[in-house]
Amino acid sequence: MKYIYALTLLLISSAAVASEAVVQERLGQYRTQGAGDFDAARGQTLWQQEHMQVKLGKQVNCASCHSANLQQAGKHMRTGKRIEPMAPSVNPDRLNDAEKIEKWFTRNCKWTWGRECTAQEKGDILTFLQSK
Amino acid sequence: MKQKKYWGILLLSGCLTLSMATLAWTEDGEGEGHERHERGFLHQAADIGPITNKAYKTECSACHFAYPAGFLPERSWVKIMNNLDDHFGENAELNDKTRLVITDYLRTHAADRLPNRFSRSMLRSVDAGATPLRISETSYFRHKHREIPARMVTGNPKVGSFSNCLSCHSGADNGSFDEHSVTIPGFRQWED
Repeated sequence: MKYIYALTLLLISSAAVASEAVVQERLGQYRTQGAGDFDAARGQTLWQQEHMQVKLGKQVNCASCHSANLQQAGKHMRTGKRIEPMAPSVNPDRLNDAEKIEKWFTRNCKWTWGRECTAQEKGDILTFLQSK
Repeated sequence: MKQKKYWGILLLSGCLTLSMATLAWTEDGEGEGHERHERGFLHQAADIGPITNKAYKTECSACHFAYPAGFLPERSWVKIMNNLDDHFGENAELNDKTRLVITDYLRTHAADRLPNRFSRSMLRSVDAGATPLRISETSYFRHKHREIPARMVTGNPKVGSFSNCLSCHSGADNGSFDEHSVTIPGFRQWED
């Protein structure tokens, strides 16, 4: 039994390290694109900021699909599909793949905000997510 | 001993003839047609079959059920894949490499490229000049679901929409849409 705990702990901690390394690499990349220091609080504000989704005719923010509590699963507001929690502390699959991070930033910034996010905004949001 | 050798030679020549015949068979098609021939030959009247492309499955089922390519003609998939930035109101952009891999898979497995019993019926129900973007809007789909009242699907919170194949077709992930294995959540076994 003890081994199972130890193994689980090891898996969780190694996953946290994995996302940490990927996030740091991304933040470094954003700095080369002109971003300054990153701030989790600013990331949280961006996460909650509402925008008019023209095609839907509704105000939306990131939490519309990802849920306000990042440690809980969200639900796609149109298809109803379950979206696994964003917080790396409860979902080790999050933030450990740079290509996946960028793919979803492109799609979701354009859909939610109607434009691409800047390097600064992406860095702030990643810092916020990583802290959860 | 001598007889054994005789049978051995006969068997070997039989195999050779067969394999040469197979080669000749596959050579009729050009390039990507290869797979079409093989599958057409083996699964003439089979089910639509499971999704065999990892990129398609991973990328598309991140948001919705990965619909079998054989449910729409090639021209429909091309149009869908060329408009991923407005994918039924969502942004589903992909990098060029992944987009091309998926487009290629969908095109080569489309209803008019890889025929089976579903895709043939589907094709017959689509006008030659039409490019349907939703499987659920084809006449074939509507015909097959005509007896299902809205309260069981759109009015059923466990289903929500005719787009959620997997809610009722439990074998849909394996390409099986047999009506005998349909279970509508919240209702007893569906009977025709």
